[in-house]
Amino acid sequence: MRILVQTEPFDATALMQGFGAGAGAVVTFTGLVRDDDGLVALEIEHYPGMTEASLTRHAQAAAERFALSDVLVAHRHGRIAVGEPIMMVATAARHRREAFDAADFLMDWLKSRAPFWKREIGAEGPRGWVVAKDTDEAALDRWTNPQ
Amino acid sequence: MTLDILYFAWLRERIGAPREQIETSAATVRDLVAELVARGERHAAALSDLGAVRVAVDQVLSDLDAPLGGAREVAFFPPMTGG
Repeated sequence: MRILVQTEPFDATALMQGFGAGAGAVVTFTGLVRDDDGLVALEIEHYPGMTEASLTRHAQAAAERFALSDVLVAHRHGRIAVGEPIMMVATAARHRREAFDAADFLMDWLKSRAPFWKREIGAEGPRGWVVAKDTDEAALDRWTNPQ
Repeated sequence: MTLDILYFAWLRERIGAPREQIETSAATVRDLVAELVARGERHAAALSDLGAVRVAVDQVLSDLDAPLGGAREVAFFPPMTGG
């Protein structure tokens, strides 16, 4: 298991070297800063200490629930320009279903339970803080209350 | 007890500081919020809508009724927007 919390960009290719050796399936997801309505960058604040503990706990939960042989979570903070990666998860399992589901599960948890806050930066300067979406909370529910 | 109180995102901006240290005998987070609100206008404004505020006690997500016995650090912040 590997947890990275950093301001610098990460090199996804380098991070994946040797990841999940012996697994049958590796899934990676990378979230980028979307080109939204003249957005220039996102500024991401986090809670040092709690962030690392929270990511570690969620990665462990995913590893147990989906029988992962390896898991990686990388999340940046600070100023991140449009088009740059914000975060990445990678999961390794014997079969693809577990690897896909584990990545999906981790993303849903990170969206609304990891202590990060995004603020939008336009060409004119800082805009408001991004507001949490009800749909993110609902996405989380499906893992705790399966239909 | 001495508690470190941390604020993030718009709560930090409304309070005007990222952290403060207070002496308190608050038994729960709810009691602590009442003490903070009494400190002044900025605190009262930042903590006026508790439905929009999340709390962590010693870096673990918690709620208003959580006991504070033995706690060292309490953080207040808006709903998280990671990923």
